[in-house]
Amino acid sequence: MDKSRNWRETIITAIVKTCGYSAIVFVILIFFFLLREGLPALVEVKLGDLLTTRWYPIENHFGILPLLTGSLIVTVGAMLIAIPFGIGTAVFLSEIAPRWMREILKPLVELLGGLPSVVLGFLGILVLSPFLRVFLDLPTGLTALAGALLLGGIAVPTTVSIAEDALDAVPHSYREGALALGATKWQTIWRVTLPAARSGVLTALMLGIGRTIGETMAVMMVTGNAPVLAVKLTSIFSPVRTMTATIAAEMGEVANGSTHYHVLFFIGLVLFLISLAVNITASSVVFKSRKRAERVLS
Amino acid sequence: MVNLALAWAERYQAEHPDLSLSVTGGGSGTGIAALINGTVDIANASRAMTADEIKQAEANGITPVEFVVSRDAIAVVVNAENPVRRLTLQQISDIYSGKINNWSTVGGDDRPIVRLSRETNSGTHVYFLQTVIRLGDKKNTTLFSTDTLLLPSSEGIISEVRQNPNAIGYDGLGYIPSDLMNSVIAVARDASGPYVIPSITTVNDNSYPVARDLYMYTAGEPAGAIKDYIHWVLSSEAQTIVADLGFVPIK
Repeated sequence: MDKSRNWRETIITAIVKTCGYSAIVFVILIFFFLLREGLPALVEVKLGDLLTTRWYPIENHFGILPLLTGSLIVTVGAMLIAIPFGIGTAVFLSEIAPRWMREILKPLVELLGGLPSVVLGFLGILVLSPFLRVFLDLPTGLTALAGALLLGGIAVPTTVSIAEDALDAVPHSYREGALALGATKWQTIWRVTLPAARSGVLTALMLGIGRTIGETMAVMMVTGNAPVLAVKLTSIFSPVRTMTATIAAEMGEVANGSTHYHVLFFIGLVLFLISLAVNITASSVVFKSRKRAERVLS
Repeated sequence: MVNLALAWAERYQAEHPDLSLSVTGGGSGTGIAALINGTVDIANASRAMTADEIKQAEANGITPVEFVVSRDAIAVVVNAENPVRRLTLQQISDIYSGKINNWSTVGGDDRPIVRLSRETNSGTHVYFLQTVIRLGDKKNTTLFSTDTLLLPSSEGIISEVRQNPNAIGYDGLGYIPSDLMNSVIAVARDASGPYVIPSITTVNDNSYPVARDLYMYTAGEPAGAIKDYIHWVLSSEAQTIVADLGFVPIK
């Protein structure tokens, strides 16, 4: 009896360990693959040429700055929408809404998260972009703003679902304590519940942002894909071309091993490093706040 | 043109299961190079062989024989509300290169111009760049204006032109839906010339300027199965496929 349990323990531990390590191995393998395919771009195209503002690969103009700024402006725009809406909806669901409403709304929000982005892209082309053009009197509705709105919409369900779980996990005694001390409902939410659920809420935001920066299809359909350098605040109202859309649009037809192919992989490498940086920053913030909480409690 | 070659080959294969046809893509240059090197029986090309290429082939003992198998017209289209219905090639070039930015310059309303194009990997994009924007001049290095919207599909171009009065787009004639046919631009080679609307007739009598022949080249006079295949490609059955795919049949 004891012996067989030991065996089982060993096997299960081994399986769990393999799963854990394989995630690391895959990330490292992907990273090296990107390096191998992307770094030749630095040899074939001068770094100075990569950092120019003209992207027209079929005539050897490989300036990736418009693509970088395009991705940044769309992602930042999407975050500005997803963070307040995501946290607001999560707080409403977890703290304010009556139980019956919450039981209807939460599955609905999660269903929204399961919508394929191509479907949202169609909505973007047929409804959102014509509306934006008429409403804001723009030359065209296919702009960074349309992309940011759609991406915000894609990120909200992920954020809401995870943030709501985190808020729900905060012990009732916290809220009761705050209310007993005379705090209003708003003060309880803002000063007690949200800070207590901070690391879960941050994870929710990071996953939401992760979805926005990697999202391709919907963005490709609604941002117009014009490789314009987006550095002004008003660039949100002009068409942009993101890194993901560039890779998706051009990888299919590019000759294997050509300069263009290597530059596309180089863009993939840049994307990888950006999301790595975002993740490291986020987890260090969570780590710091956890340490501070431990200090306060001890 | 690879879609067309594939569609033909698939249909012909279905009717003649004893033959074996295989089609490889890669662009006109690839096909012509393969013909010169004697590795293929038929090269499909969306441009004519150059004198140099014919010389190279002859040096290898191969006499290329040319067949025009179908034609292709690129239509320029605007929104139905836009009063502009005719442009010269030079005006279209100036619009797409960013020299003209307002419809009033070419006789329309005071509206900004929103330029739409297919993605750079599309053959139509490259053809449009060379024939219209660069006006067929090989030394011309004009590019698309950077704010040209590059849309991944014909559907993207059509739906934007349909709903946006500022837009101008181009695509293969076969991709233009019937509701936009009334706002297809009549194009003239120069300001004095006649303005011509693309159609099967105007493409075939060469009066529409943005049209090209699509070719098949065989190594020497075709014989046997190859002769039958070329004959079939020129038949009305195969030319129906041409029209279905949005190209212009030769008859």
